[in-house]
Amino acid sequence: MANFAERDEGNLPLWPELAEPDLVRFENVGLRYGIGPEILRDIDFSIPAQSFQFLTGPSGSGKTTLMKLVMQTLKPTRGRVTLFGENVSQHSQAELARLRRKIGIVFQDFRLLDHLTTYENVALPLLVQGREEASYRAEVIELLRWVGLGDRMHVPPVILSGGEKQRAAIARALIGQPALLLADEPTGNVDPGLARRLLRLFIELNKSGTAVVIATHDLALMDMIDARRLVLAEGQLHVYE
Amino acid sequence: MSMNEPPAGAPGLFGAWFAALRAWSGLRFVQLQPAAEAMKGFLLKPLLIPRDRVLAPVLPAKSRSGAALMLVIAIMTFLAGLTAGAVHLVADASRDWSRAIAREMTIQVRPAPGRNLEADVASAADLARRQRVIEEVRVMDRREGEKLLEPWLGTGLDLGDLPVPRLIVLRLANGPAPDLAGLRKALAERVPNAILDDHKLWLSRLKAMADTLVGIGLLILTLVLVATALAVAFATRGAMAGTAQIIDVLYLVGAEDSYIARQFQGHFLRLGLKGGAAGALAASAFFLLAGLIFGRGARGTALEQVEALFGRFTLPFWGYLSVLVIGVLVAVVTGVVSRVTVYRTLRGMEQAQ
Repeated sequence: MANFAERDEGNLPLWPELAEPDLVRFENVGLRYGIGPEILRDIDFSIPAQSFQFLTGPSGSGKTTLMKLVMQTLKPTRGRVTLFGENVSQHSQAELARLRRKIGIVFQDFRLLDHLTTYENVALPLLVQGREEASYRAEVIELLRWVGLGDRMHVPPVILSGGEKQRAAIARALIGQPALLLADEPTGNVDPGLARRLLRLFIELNKSGTAVVIATHDLALMDMIDARRLVLAEGQLHVYE
Repeated sequence: MSMNEPPAGAPGLFGAWFAALRAWSGLRFVQLQPAAEAMKGFLLKPLLIPRDRVLAPVLPAKSRSGAALMLVIAIMTFLAGLTAGAVHLVADASRDWSRAIAREMTIQVRPAPGRNLEADVASAADLARRQRVIEEVRVMDRREGEKLLEPWLGTGLDLGDLPVPRLIVLRLANGPAPDLAGLRKALAERVPNAILDDHKLWLSRLKAMADTLVGIGLLILTLVLVATALAVAFATRGAMAGTAQIIDVLYLVGAEDSYIARQFQGHFLRLGLKGGAAGALAASAFFLLAGLIFGRGARGTALEQVEALFGRFTLPFWGYLSVLVIGVLVAVVTGVVSRVTVYRTLRGMEQAQ
């Protein structure tokens, strides 16, 4: 498993598992819709803090579904899901919302809100927390400049190019300073050059301490770095270190 | 982009208008530059976007379904306002009739064999005059009595041979109730062919009619509110279906159910306030106009009939206030129903997962 964070080896804790519990842990998780067959079964994996991993598998293998299970917008039909050390099986919507704020997510289709400006889209995670705009305005502008959208913050997403939309979506995922970033096919709609630049962006984020999981079936992208691979096939997850 | 400046080439009048609008609205104009190659050759229209500190609502502010719902709310409020106003008019008219009738009593002296009708009338009037609370006793002569029968018997008849009763109208003074039992007893002793009518039957019928009308009015108001609530519930579900992707994004960025419900509640409360205000204003305008028309003197049989029923057709202050309250009530119902519907729908979505 690659870890791109620049750490001082001398400061590593003696018992890292205890000091930094897994951000996400799935134990014997299964999912079925209605009375149909299980589309995911016996899923066991964890996402350690500050880790970098790819989630891969053929189209329709359940990568997005697995991400929804992590975000708890889907509930498993069996097994245990632990987020940030908390068993979420009995969590209320409010408790789940609190945990979701620690996770940033980026979609292949961006999911930006067209009636809002780029600035407002990026500020959305802070807005829903009820924070005053004055308290985060500078952060949002700084982040937008960091992803190269400093001059596009007042335009609606329909004006943005594909790459700009993807960067806006990433900025929205990062504005809450999440401990975990999930990216669902983030390079699916961009050219190879931009895909490489986005990967570098994710690596930089990981170096700053954010755990990153990129769902992709782009082998070329995965070959660019040595990272742990979670491979979904026929409803089961296989981990390749 | 150029902010807080009128578009280039704006004539003086437009520039002044722009500055006034900017000062009044607290908004800034942004002239967007051509955004992409595909847009080359096209200048985007100036967009009016809120000042950065005033963020846009999370839900789109305008939609066709929203406009339709606002119209429905306005119509419902208008109908409810008309109902409330009509209830006020009927209740007021009924109260006026009751007051007028309650201040009057009638003694009816019927011709009887072996008795002198004129002497009986004089005796009955004399007994009535002895009552302190009766301020006026008016004996209707025979011709007046016959005239009262004209609507039923027609004109030009010789009623001389008919035993037409004579009437004595008693007008009561303000104050304690008259001793009706004593008067009845005295009349029975001295003028046995006289009957004292205190109009209680009419009063009870008037009260029953007024109560029925008020009851019907309240029923209509309740039905209007229920219909509005149902329309809002359906519209909320429709809006949620139409904004499913926005709701999904809100969840993913950490929004709680209460936040999403607040957004919908605020959205529909605004629609409710606009629709309610429009409906209440229209209903108030209707009554003002009707008051003006009838105040200048009703013309025509139909108008005269309406005037006979409703009096001057002038809505009192409380009537206008109730129309306003209905507008606010409709808006509140709209907000509350949308909030409850959002919660229930979100719970349903949660259980379906």
